[in-house]
Amino acid sequence: MSAPTMEVAHGGVPAGKEDIYGKEPVLSARKLVITFGRVIGLDGVDLDLYPGEVLAVIGDNGAGKSTLIKCLTGAYTPDSGEITLSGERVHFSRPQDARAAGIETVYQQLAVIPALDIASNLYLAREERRKGILGSAFRMLDKKGMEKRAGQSVQDLGIQTIQNMGQAVETLSGGQRQAVAVARAAAFGSKVVILDEPTAALGVKESGMVLDMIKQLRDRGLSVILISHNMPQVWEVADRIHIQRLGGRAGVITPQSHDMGEGVAIMTGAKRLDSTS
Amino acid sequence: MTADVSNAAAEFARRQHSPLQRVQHQLHGRPWLSPLFLLLVAFVAFFIATPTFLTANSMGILLQQTAVVAALAVGQTLVILTAGIDLSVGAVMVLSMMVMATLTKDGGLPGIVGLLIGVLLAVVAGFFNGLLVTRINLPPFIVTLGTLSIFTAIALLYSGGESIQAEHLPGLLNALGNDFGIGKFRLTWGIVLVVVIYAVMAFVLSQTAWGRYVYAVGDDVESARLSGVPSKRILLAVYTVAGLIYGLAAWILIGRAGAATPNAAPTANLDSITAVVIGGTSLFGGRGRLIGTLIGALIVQTFDFGLSQMGVNQQWRVLATGLLVIVAVAIDQWIRRVKA
Repeated sequence: MSAPTMEVAHGGVPAGKEDIYGKEPVLSARKLVITFGRVIGLDGVDLDLYPGEVLAVIGDNGAGKSTLIKCLTGAYTPDSGEITLSGERVHFSRPQDARAAGIETVYQQLAVIPALDIASNLYLAREERRKGILGSAFRMLDKKGMEKRAGQSVQDLGIQTIQNMGQAVETLSGGQRQAVAVARAAAFGSKVVILDEPTAALGVKESGMVLDMIKQLRDRGLSVILISHNMPQVWEVADRIHIQRLGGRAGVITPQSHDMGEGVAIMTGAKRLDSTS
Repeated sequence: MTADVSNAAAEFARRQHSPLQRVQHQLHGRPWLSPLFLLLVAFVAFFIATPTFLTANSMGILLQQTAVVAALAVGQTLVILTAGIDLSVGAVMVLSMMVMATLTKDGGLPGIVGLLIGVLLAVVAGFFNGLLVTRINLPPFIVTLGTLSIFTAIALLYSGGESIQAEHLPGLLNALGNDFGIGKFRLTWGIVLVVVIYAVMAFVLSQTAWGRYVYAVGDDVESARLSGVPSKRILLAVYTVAGLIYGLAAWILIGRAGAATPNAAPTANLDSITAVVIGGTSLFGGRGRLIGTLIGALIVQTFDFGLSQMGVNQQWRVLATGLLVIVAVAIDQWIRRVKA
């Protein structure tokens, strides 16, 4: 099955924002292909993410959103195609590779450890050791320091409901857990933060909190990719919207250039992008 | 939001908790509190029942009896923290012990060489368990059920089923059975080694990144992997370190028993699991403290020792242990349902 791929040069760049998009993309993918046996996951996808923007990725179930993201975060290795980060060709074979390169991911299933406290979760697999012989020979953790910096990271995001960094994550609400996951990504993501359906399991108020955090990440100059099914949320926070369809990119629009109905129409194939713009 | 509002909200949240919920909360944070309470109750009860229970002499014997199971339970705790279970603890220990004894008696090797080879073999046995769990992705229960039989059979075949008495063994292998006095207490060097093992592993679990990874892998292996924890390496290391501890337990057992016997410690598996579970470590992984395991091992031995001093039939002691396990797991399930 081959998707009708469309050439949309810098699709949907809003007028007056060229100063941002005149820059090189921080992250871009070209002609990514991945197959699982006889199933084609991605059929030559392109993606561009510019500095300091929120790029939403929308698409129907099975359109390849998650597969695309997993290729960008090293969870999958594409069969062919290339990924460049800050202009340099990169190759991720493990999630740790992407993370080391400055791409942080907040997964749908949260990837926090319920039994560990907030500070331990923020620094999981990135622990800092004590100075001197206690750290070097005895490999002792700098618990106090990490707790202090974790508190700072959470505060930076304006999360006021979480006070005690020594609290176990399992005692937090869904929104607070998501806040911990976002805070971790924000604290360590130097270039790109990817959020996969971050509000799927949350109530209205908690979703609003997560959307505020996304805006803050962008305001700090980070580039954000947001995968979501929730169109009102996408139209609220996204600068541009990448529409994924049948394993390929159906086009890129902006909340200003198209309304939600048109976006969904392109997503489902009821409408083709070239006929609307 | 002003501070007053959030304080009022916190106040409201606090007021909603009933006394029972507050107990639940405390236990959630400190899962070793309930076993400690149980141990104290047992001590008082046995002290009232038998005047000889709380003497220096009795306490020394109690500690000596606890030493082997307490050591094994450290390895078992590591494995259970990763949501696994190790049914091969006793088999690995006995295999290691028979190799130490046979190499030094029949092989004529010096004690230190026999000891090192025996401990190394236990490390290899643990590593083998770990390989099967991490590379072939078999459930730990199945892996260690299989290696329980394998290691037991090898130990019997290798030793010819014969016991080796202490007088045929080099002094080093018996050394941990030697005792010394602190006041009226008689303690063995085996007890000292157990304390050292607990101190070292408690430090590793609570103060190092490796310790955190053990909890993380046990609590949610997929989330741990996505967070960048090398889950398989941690699991493999856990089984290997457990093997090392079983090897040290073999050394303690020779000193304690005054002989190397292939059918020694038939209840080691269940006793070690019982100690861990009573000590508040969750069989579902990711939750528990080593101090709880130590208390758990002491509880098991206290019941056994106290009831035997009262002249109670052995079967009642076994029955009591069984009840303890069920109560401990029921409490664990309740604690896990804690709410914020």
